[in-house]
Order: sequence, then structure tokens, then C-alpha cells
Amino acid sequence: MKKVYATASEALDGVLHDGMLIAAGGFGLCGIPELLIDALVESGVKDLTIASNNAGVDGFGLGKLLETRQIKKMMSSYVGENAEFMRQYLSGELELEFNPQGTLAERMRAGGAGIPGFYTKTGVGTVIAEGKEHKEFRGETYILEEGIFADLSIVKAWKADDTGNLVFRKTARNFNPAAAMCGKICVAEVEEIVPRGSLDPDLIHLPGIYVHRLIQGDHEKRIEQRTVRKREDA
Amino acid sequence: MAGDAKGWDRNQMAARAAEELEDGMYVNLGIGIPTLVANYVGDKDITLQSENGMLGMGPFPYEGEEDPDLINAGKQTITELNRTSYFDSATSFGMIRGGKIAAAILGAMEVAENGDLANWMIPGKLVKGMGGAMDLVAGVKKVVVVMDHTNKHGDSKLLKECTLPLTGTGVVDRIITNLGVLDVAEGGLKIVELADGVTEDEIRAATDATIVN
Repeated sequence: MKKVYATASEALDGVLHDGMLIAAGGFGLCGIPELLIDALVESGVKDLTIASNNAGVDGFGLGKLLETRQIKKMMSSYVGENAEFMRQYLSGELELEFNPQGTLAERMRAGGAGIPGFYTKTGVGTVIAEGKEHKEFRGETYILEEGIFADLSIVKAWKADDTGNLVFRKTARNFNPAAAMCGKICVAEVEEIVPRGSLDPDLIHLPGIYVHRLIQGDHEKRIEQRTVRKREDA
Repeated sequence: MAGDAKGWDRNQMAARAAEELEDGMYVNLGIGIPTLVANYVGDKDITLQSENGMLGMGPFPYEGEEDPDLINAGKQTITELNRTSYFDSATSFGMIRGGKIAAAILGAMEVAENGDLANWMIPGKLVKGMGGAMDLVAGVKKVVVVMDHTNKHGDSKLLKECTLPLTGTGVVDRIITNLGVLDVAEGGLKIVELADGVTEDEIRAATDATIVN
């Protein structure tokens, strides 16, 4: 089966519908599927619920989908870097479901692994636990969190072969594997598609079984907080 | 009391917090003063975890060597070390939730005498989210809070009960402030150390939480 598509728009053709749940990889602006986000903007698909750790910044990443009002709800752990997000949220135009970061990652991983719910200590005694089932295990209280089963996953990797085996680079891996796993269909964008056999099978980070469609493209890879140290005299 | 030379400054608080770390520990440092702790670990073999998916976090890069694929949990560009490993977010929080991280050193807005911690949300101010804070305090073996003893109005941040929404309940083990070091103990907080020039009476007077002997 052919997985490689020419453009992000072609790779999303036939898989979009209004009101769908999309899981997106990335942490801050690191490792975000920027080309697929642009294609979502172009597609005009709307009323989206997006599970993503962050919501991009104004004018980049998921911030673009906010500007066009295509997002109805975000499931995130931290959204502080986006003025348009805050404006829409405070005016009631945008729904927000806060998830502790590890709970969000595990909800994606669980969904992808066929696990509809799991118990965690994270958030017990806080607003996060309100309305959730509590249960004792070995003398401690845990809350029930549900797996995320997304209609579509959009992720970004460094390299892929044409069968969809993915390799990530440094901390750009972050939410991408879990996000990829939890979607009915996963579309991945990579910096380079290499010939079959040129990736070491022992060093594949995400097996191609999770990846249905694939594109290669140029990435801006914007840096959110550029921090440096002074070079001391050698 | 505020404004005079008594007590510890930010760097002295960070240096004191670094004394909590032992050789071989895997540690997660929060933003603010906790970040400075890395400057004071000396010869100790400490591996820093960054919860976005890295063990063995190095210092900021030299100018021109920033890598957009290599950031810490504060989204700042950083570097790797020869011990570094990378992993995904689910694995990262698996090691946090699973109790593999020996200690977290975090900032706080309020700590209660029973170890309750509030550090993610101020009602009436913009809520940005808890990020990984709730996972960290629920999962790591030892939670050390480093913060000023009082807020900018001079009110104690060590309280009988937190007033702000909680990050976790009964999670704090030790508090390091500009006035000294306190442990969460049976019935309240126990003073374990006084900062330079600070008396026990002064730390008691600056603390709303119950102090036990």
C-alpha cells in the first residue's frame, strides 16, 4: 500500500470532517506538524477538538487554526503562549479541557494501545479529580482517566522510510509517538523520506504500523525561547 | 524584615537546595530559582530530567549552536551531554509517575502545613495550565519547594491551609525559603535550619503554618 503523498493537502484528502477529534504531536513549537496544520487551515474543516500539549503561538502552529476559528475545543496541559487563544477562551468562544501533561500523554498512549481507561495518582485532591471515579489501590487513592481515541493523528518526525517507520530527533519526539498511536488514521510529516532498508530496524522509534500516510517537506522549526551562554576564552 | 540583608538570596537558596541532592540521583528542576540549583551541584553525579523527553540535560548552547529540536520543559534551547537519552512524553511521565525520579525541586505560591502545594493557578489571573507539575508532585519520591517565605505583600506563603487551587495534596517534603529550611512533619512544619542571621523567633513570626518542635 502506498503511504507516501506529494503534499500535506493530498495526504489529508478524504480523512477530514467537521467536528472531528485530532491528536497532534509536539511540545511548544518543537516537533509540531507544521505542514499538516497549514493544510488543515487550507481545508477549512471546522469545529475541531484538538488534543495537543500546547496551542502554538500567535501566527504559528496551532495558533493559525485558532485565528481562522476552526478549533472548538482544546485538550492541553499548558496554553500560556498564545494571546488569540486567551482572547477566544475568555470570551467563551473556545472550550478548554486542562489535562496534566503526563495524564494527557498517557491518555493518548492508552487510546492507541486499546486501553479505555487507567488509574493515576496525578491530580488527586485537585480540580482535575472533580467528577472522576476514585479508587483505592494498595492504600492510596487514584482517579480514573480515559484513553483518547482520535479520528486523526497529525505528527512530525525527522526521518521515515516509505513504509512509515519513523525516527525522531532529540526532544522533538515528545508527544508525537503517543499522538500517532491514538488516531484511527495517522498522517506523518518528515524532513526526509529515505529508501527502505536504510533505517536500522533496531533504531526505529515508531513502527510503520501506526503511520498510514506520509509526506516529506521543508520545516521552519521556529525556536520559542532562544537561550545561549557566553563563550569563555579557551 | 524584607529588604534587609538577613537570610538567603536566590543563589544562596539554590545552593542550599543543591545540598538536598545526592550522588547518582535523577532529578527534575522547575523553573525560576530551582533552575539555579544546577549551578551548585559541584562534583556530585546528578542527572537532570526534562519532562519533555530527556535525561542528562546540559547547559544553554553557545550562540549559533541553538538547535530547535533540543529544548527543555521551559521551551528554552539547551544542549545534550555524553550521558543523554531521549524518549517520548508517555515514557517521560512513566518514569515520573512510576517513582523513578528521586527528587523534584519546584517553586510554589503556597505550601500548607500538611504538605499541600499550590503553584499553578491564581484565580482572577490568566490560567495557563498545570503543565507537568501535578504529575511531578504526585510521582517523584521527594518534593522540595524553594520559594520566598512571604509574598510581595509580606504575607506568609507557609499556611495552615492553602487558599489557591491545589497542585497536589500532602506532596511536599521540605521547604527552603530565604529564612531557612522547614520539613513537613506530624502536626505541622518543623524548623530544621535557619538562614544566615535569622532567628527562630523571626521565622516563627513570618510563618502562618503551625510550627512543631
